[in-house]
Amino acid sequence: MADLVFHPDEVKVVSRRFGLGATNIDRYVELDGYKAVQKALAMEPDAIIAEVKNSGLRGRGGAGFSTGMKWSFVPKQSAKPKYVLCNGDESEPGTCKDRLIFEHDPHSVIEGVMIGALAVGAKSGYIYIRGEYRYLSIIMQKAIRDAYAKGFVGKNIFGSGRDLDIYWHGGAGAYEVGEESALMESLEGKRGIPRIRPPFPAVVGLWGGPTVINNAETLANVPHIILGGADWFAKLGTPKNGGTRLFCLSGNIAKPGVYELPMGYNLRKMIYDVGGGIPNGRELKAVVPGGASCPCLTADEIDVAMDFDSVQKAGSMLGSGGVVVVDDAQCIVKFALRTMKFYQHESCGWCIPCREGTDWLKKTLIRFHAGGGVKKDIDNMQYLAENMLGRTFCPLGDAAAMPTIAFVKKFRKEFEEHLEGRPCPFEKENAAEPVLA
Amino acid sequence: MKFSEEFETRFAEMVPHYPTKRSALVPTLLYAQDEIGFLSDEVIAEIASRLDLTELEVRNVISYYSMLTTKPRGKFNVQVCTNISCMVRGGEELLQHCAKKLGIGHKQTTPDGLFTLEEVECIGACSWAPAAQVNYDFHENLTAEKMDRILDEYRKTGTQ
Repeated sequence: MADLVFHPDEVKVVSRRFGLGATNIDRYVELDGYKAVQKALAMEPDAIIAEVKNSGLRGRGGAGFSTGMKWSFVPKQSAKPKYVLCNGDESEPGTCKDRLIFEHDPHSVIEGVMIGALAVGAKSGYIYIRGEYRYLSIIMQKAIRDAYAKGFVGKNIFGSGRDLDIYWHGGAGAYEVGEESALMESLEGKRGIPRIRPPFPAVVGLWGGPTVINNAETLANVPHIILGGADWFAKLGTPKNGGTRLFCLSGNIAKPGVYELPMGYNLRKMIYDVGGGIPNGRELKAVVPGGASCPCLTADEIDVAMDFDSVQKAGSMLGSGGVVVVDDAQCIVKFALRTMKFYQHESCGWCIPCREGTDWLKKTLIRFHAGGGVKKDIDNMQYLAENMLGRTFCPLGDAAAMPTIAFVKKFRKEFEEHLEGRPCPFEKENAAEPVLA
Repeated sequence: MKFSEEFETRFAEMVPHYPTKRSALVPTLLYAQDEIGFLSDEVIAEIASRLDLTELEVRNVISYYSMLTTKPRGKFNVQVCTNISCMVRGGEELLQHCAKKLGIGHKQTTPDGLFTLEEVECIGACSWAPAAQVNYDFHENLTAEKMDRILDEYRKTGTQ
């Protein structure tokens, strides 16, 4: 389906089996599949957690929290069953990496969930895949069936006397559900509205039981860590940022695609060497380094190592690995408007700062982009966005506010060029009017 | 209310996967919608009774998820992404092109019932933008010409 790309700087860990037919369970086994879970079965749960902790693996969904640490928060004893939940509700604009994992290597996700379950003492794991990814749900359901047929999953796995069930679950279109507590609500058959924390899912999660929730790419890394060792994995990246990352290059770039590069890879090199630079003789204007919720970097800010800590130091976030490249033919006001339109559409409406803030910002940006803006709007937008920060139950409010603040701060001049009824300086002839549902 | 055998097998298999019946709701709704075309009053009543929920509880969930609909759609739901990665590569122009070609706007259906057009949020095809989904099929690296060919192809299968 989706085309694969290659670059010599790539270090293939998660994408090692892409294009090799590993959806077939026998082929997966040939390619060292289900070896890691057997190794993990012979390990103490604490040893598995220590290995993952030492590997420096951090959440690939966006937050970048230490996976081993997350697992260690699950209580050893629990009256209620424990669960592992794989988050495959990939919907952060700019992100299309989990899709490739499900398409090419579904068993690696199953194996990752299994190892996570062994580590925390869970007997069931759920793999949640967004509703739009129907063909991937079909691939995953077959992979699970095949794993049951081989006896890798189910009763007495690998003759260990332990039982472990893996199930698939499907969404039906909601970005918000990618947030971990909303994900659990959705899996329980409800509206995907976030839960108040504490208690955190590690203590009270799915159906009230302790639950570990990890992104699909995070879990797909786990078998490789168990087989290759924490040291090997940690050394692939930068300090405290173990391994590699599937970077989804998109936007105004010559060779878009999903590339697996070591953590800490230089962003300039990523855009100009790996991605082939900006096409059509255009210049770089801005980059959104980790999906739509991450503050943009300007063309002068791209000498940054793409790991969680370095990008944060540069004032943005590594996020979900969606690198959206924007050239100088694009209007930042329009870009900010489209970003806000998305968050307004996806806000679940529970928290007032998010529900009202996104709507107000969207309306202001529409009016502003159409030439109806006044100077005060610029400060107002920034002020309003800043006041959304940290005032909502889940990070969607922050996700909407952060990019807006960066657009206004870094491209103020471009906002000013839209004032006094002037037409958008970037508007193409006969440009399409946005539908703005 | 009768669903296909395939639906029934899937439903029977899915429900025991969860400690509460209700948990099967979202995927069940989507599978029912795929079969019937939309979530009619009858479908809602049937699923509510199967999962021990009130119809209101089911409707409450339906209204949250963007893929679920209580209104009939065309045979082919053309969903064009205009989110950031697609927008900078012509996603909005592509949507306008489809609107012109099909003679309908956002969430409208052609009089022959073949096509519904929808502007959608990110569908996870960012590196292959601009992209669209027709029902569940992804179509990527689109141009107006390519889109024309794709729509013609669907029209052909739809009128056969």
